[in-house]
Amino acid sequence: MSQSPLLELENLRVSFPTPKGRVEVVKGLSFTLGRERLGIVGESGSGKSMTGRAILRLVRRPGQQDADKMTFDGIDLRRLSERRMRDLRGARISMIMQDPKFSLNPVMTIGEQIAEALRTHERLARRDVQARVLQMLEAVRINDPKRVMALYPHEVSGGMGQRIMIAMMLIPRPDLLIADEPTSALDVSVQAQVLDLIDELVRDKGMGLILISHDLNLVARYCDHILVMHAGQVVESCAASELHNATHPYTRGLLAAVPRMEETREELPVLDRSAWSGT
Amino acid sequence: MTAISLKNLDISYGPTKVVEAASFDVAEGESFALVGESGSGKSTILKAIAGLAPDWTGEITVLGQPRGHSVDHGFASRCQMVFQDPYGSLHPRKSVDRVLSEPLKIHGISNRDARVEDMLAAVGLDRRFRFRYPHQLSGGQRQRVAIARALMLEPKVMLLDEPTSALDVSVQAEILNLLKKLRREQGLTYLMVTHNLPVVSFMCDRMAVMHKGRIVEIAPASALHDGRFQDPYTQSLYAASGGNPDRKD
Repeated sequence: MSQSPLLELENLRVSFPTPKGRVEVVKGLSFTLGRERLGIVGESGSGKSMTGRAILRLVRRPGQQDADKMTFDGIDLRRLSERRMRDLRGARISMIMQDPKFSLNPVMTIGEQIAEALRTHERLARRDVQARVLQMLEAVRINDPKRVMALYPHEVSGGMGQRIMIAMMLIPRPDLLIADEPTSALDVSVQAQVLDLIDELVRDKGMGLILISHDLNLVARYCDHILVMHAGQVVESCAASELHNATHPYTRGLLAAVPRMEETREELPVLDRSAWSGT
Repeated sequence: MTAISLKNLDISYGPTKVVEAASFDVAEGESFALVGESGSGKSTILKAIAGLAPDWTGEITVLGQPRGHSVDHGFASRCQMVFQDPYGSLHPRKSVDRVLSEPLKIHGISNRDARVEDMLAAVGLDRRFRFRYPHQLSGGQRQRVAIARALMLEPKVMLLDEPTSALDVSVQAEILNLLKKLRREQGLTYLMVTHNLPVVSFMCDRMAVMHKGRIVEIAPASALHDGRFQDPYTQSLYAASGGNPDRKD
């Protein structure tokens, strides 16, 4: 597909005030995303989640965000009114958060919550809404969706909760999905299932995906392109298949610090933090 | 000598049986892993050994002495536990110094000042951290304090409950190296719970795989090199972890 890029970011900055003046947590980030899968990797505090939130203009006050260019499918996100932005969120760009336990409404049934996500953005007859919800729950491989629709979030497991989140985020058929650590609250065995599912849906519908994670190997497995962030800046940008030829010492350090399945090293190499000031 | 020996251990929380018929032996100086998904009962086994899940039947023997169901001072000085979440396992209103001297006070051990100082050095924390509170430390520093606290009574057996799963990979590497170094220097025995198979490959000699409260397989850590497991559940867990990408068949 040759078309204009889905998302263009230039010089994105996010800052927070502190007693010692404003601290920038994202320092001039730029990238262009087509209908492809982009991975953003970094450690805690590297600014990767803030980047995801800034795209949706969800940085809460007193935090401030600002960019030279931030366009989504030709729309200038910086100038959009808060009202228009709300129409866009969920409908065209949606975000999967880390922990389903905290992002689902505990006092609403799963069926109602997913239906609400759809009704907010589309006017549909009640019967059509029901049909779409059922179809979506089937798409995220939930057995017996009729029964699950009547359950409350505390009655389902973590993996199922995350699949419900995915269903809720994908039901308005967005063009861009931002997944912020979608599997770090899940078990290894469930992790693979959830990511395979996101991967399949993204590819079938030709969506763009931004996968934010601290796990280098996981991102390398599921993305086309990778940005490595450290202290608010991109230190490395490469194709996922080229990750093992990464050049920046920080990326190399991160890669080396991961234990391997066939571990022969007596000691794991440790990052020399003095080389990069800050976090 | 065997450091930990479990025979036919059943553990329940109220009416629910969480672990059924668990039996294994860990030799002295060995590092043994318990792996499995959440809810498989792996942490519960550690808790039962530490005395935090008292509703069990069967036999628990640590360093040749059978463990009773009640609080046991002598046991605490032989066997200690490190918990998963360094943010939750340290008392927020106790300074590092108080956390580390408390076990010494309880057991009536003198020369506390020097012991605390030595232990901080052993876990790689600078002296200036001694009078700080947990909120003034990073995740990796807190986990070092938690390890130091467990080592204060010079135990021989350490129970480690996912000691690095709340940490970043680079910090995880530091803590794993530290645990490995301490084991080598002090001749410790580790029983470690984790769901991260590469960590097992780095840290452990053998592993027991748990599924739905039962041990389905006990295998040497070298089985992770080629995925030669007997049990179908272990094989699926291995595949879900990505197998061994360094080995192409």
